[in-house]
Amino acid sequence: MKTLNNIKAVNEALDIAMEKWNEVIVFGEDVGYEGGVFRATEGLQKKYGEERCFDAPISESLFIGAAIGMAMNKLKPVVELQFLELGMASLQNILGHMGRVRNRSRGKYPAPIVVRTPMGGGIRALELHSGAIEAVFAHTPGIKVIIPSTPYDTKGLLLAAIESNDPVIILEPTKLYRAFKQEVPEGYYTVPIGEAAYIFEGNDLTIVTYGSQTVDCQKAVEEYESKNPNVTIELIDLRTIKPWDKKMIIESVKKTGRLLVVHEAVKSFSVSSEIIATVNEEAFGYLKAPPMRCTGYDIVIPLESGETYHQPTKEKILSKINQLIEYEF
Amino acid sequence: MQFIGKYDPLKNEKIQILDNQGNIINNNIEFDISDETLIEAYKIMNLSRKQDEFQNIVQRQGRLLSFLSSSGQEACEVAYAMSMEKGVDWLSPGYRNNAAWLASGIPVRNIMLYWTGNEFGGQSPEGINVLPPNIIIGSQYSQAAGLAFGEKYLNKKGVVLTTTGDGGMSEGEVYESMNFAQLHNLPVIFICENNKWAISTPYSKSTKSLNIAVKAIASGTPSLIVDGNDFLACYAVIQECLKFCREGNGPVFIEFDTYRLGAHSSSDNPDVYRPKDEFEKAKLDDPLTRMKNYLVEKGIWSKKKQEALDSEQFEFLKTEFEWAEKNKDYPVSDVFDYIYDQKPDFLVEQLAEAKTFYPDNENKFGGDK
Ligand SMILES: Cc1ncc(C[n+]2csc(CCOP(=O)(O)OP(=O)(O)O)c2C)c(N)n1
Repeated sequence: MKTLNNIKAVNEALDIAMEKWNEVIVFGEDVGYEGGVFRATEGLQKKYGEERCFDAPISESLFIGAAIGMAMNKLKPVVELQFLELGMASLQNILGHMGRVRNRSRGKYPAPIVVRTPMGGGIRALELHSGAIEAVFAHTPGIKVIIPSTPYDTKGLLLAAIESNDPVIILEPTKLYRAFKQEVPEGYYTVPIGEAAYIFEGNDLTIVTYGSQTVDCQKAVEEYESKNPNVTIELIDLRTIKPWDKKMIIESVKKTGRLLVVHEAVKSFSVSSEIIATVNEEAFGYLKAPPMRCTGYDIVIPLESGETYHQPTKEKILSKINQLIEYEF
Repeated sequence: MQFIGKYDPLKNEKIQILDNQGNIINNNIEFDISDETLIEAYKIMNLSRKQDEFQNIVQRQGRLLSFLSSSGQEACEVAYAMSMEKGVDWLSPGYRNNAAWLASGIPVRNIMLYWTGNEFGGQSPEGINVLPPNIIIGSQYSQAAGLAFGEKYLNKKGVVLTTTGDGGMSEGEVYESMNFAQLHNLPVIFICENNKWAISTPYSKSTKSLNIAVKAIASGTPSLIVDGNDFLACYAVIQECLKFCREGNGPVFIEFDTYRLGAHSSSDNPDVYRPKDEFEKAKLDDPLTRMKNYLVEKGIWSKKKQEALDSEQFEFLKTEFEWAEKNKDYPVSDVFDYIYDQKPDFLVEQLAEAKTFYPDNENKFGGDK
């Protein structure tokens, strides 16, 4: 066992993957010599050489296009977009090609690429450094989308993504990069893509969340339960956004009868829309209250002074928990 | 090297061997091509032209969805595609590359299958490294750069060829790709088939640059301008460029100066925007006429041979199209099967639902492999 934070977990997963597979190529802006602006790729160029880990020119569209070409030629590119929303130019290739080439070539040219990028707010950043646009990717056929929250999951999911035969996007909550440490097994292991995880088990309410909100939700649940000892809350970390773990969530809602989905991405047309719609389709008869959500508002993400207006906070989550538990039809 | 570094795009120099009558006008260029290869190339050029004509007819009958014709561009397309080594080199094409697909060994029936709406047609047969038609302009360049990175990294000896139009040269990805290929010294031939039109937008509204080839210079990529309707010039240049790339000299850029004789696509009418006199003048440069005159002059082609070829190719196209038409339908599972490596549960459920609406169609085709 080793104690790692999230960024070190990324670094260790990449190191193990590059050691294990000669086909793994890591590139992006500043990832080579410096090891990336967050140091996710620190030391890799030194260890594996400039051909396998290199600084790319600032051309995000090319990154993904070239990665598709590499993957079609049997390499395993792991591309870093320096910041999610500064990589918008890559969307053309992510949405238009990465998710489609397997189908377009009827299976002849799969494009198993891993795209990793920091995401999300609460980091007092400049404009376009705090976005959470996971729904854009989840909306696109052919792509898998992961948002890990713990070092254990970050390492295991990144290795699973590199192993996967499909293109995977890993959105890494920037706020959690160095927020805490966790014991992580040494060496190679994977966390299966598509499986959620219980943070707490409970009987009266299901909260589904992911990314940096796992921390806020945890605090809210602990506070609520300490004041209301007869209520227990099931807190689930989704971990994979697409395909999401429908089975676990439906089972949980059938048990608790109440659902709250929490994420910082804007409310409309979001991951919570998808989960709540599915629960309504498949577990409507079990509901003791209408499913609710606590999300970012449909606004351009404010700069630091207004940052908390947008984000779900412990207080906002607690208020939703109250509404759900006390709801009467 | 007789071209790279010697012809200067900044001086607007163009490489040409045949004039538009098919006479040799440049005796200084050395190249080696057998009569058999010349005849083979001409037959493919002719087949592609006939295929365009044929497909126009069946498209108007409502039997073909749409297609984008190569008419006018056959010389350069056949020259570069037939020069590729099968199973070794790659082609990362756009959507207007019919003649190149044929010359690279894709069966005509697969191409027709694609344009009738079956994606198996876009899948190149075993041993042919040709990507399916790329509709988003520009991205074929970056995919080519990535493929070439793979060739170099894996110590393979393939060269990657990629192509776009004069319109496509305005996409940022084009420069991004040449820059990347140059930085990594990758074996890729970037091609622009400058056919003077991007749908209804003329060349003059796409760029103010002296010519297309100069656009490569900023990335450090050597570039050449070639008369794209002159098969001999195209062939000679492509041989040198392939050698240049195989020897590890990095990427190279070629502008083929040509002209789109047909419509942009089968749903476009060029008479609306294309000046009539420009078109009439362009027809005098038809690559097929030029090549035919040259072969006749050489004594290896004749009017009689041409007539026989035309009717043989017409019959062939007819049979192949009828085959494609018969095989175009596929079962509903086909549109679910290739999205992911393994179908996630949500797709398994959606497929099960879809199947209740679409009874099984056993007519499943896997392309001509
Ligand atoms: C990125 C992108 N934008 C727009 C289009 C729509 N479109 C299809 S063909 C075309 C013109 C392309 O002209 P050119 O690159 O000169 O190639 P040509 O068709 O003449 O061979 C356009 C704008 C597209 N396919 N891709």
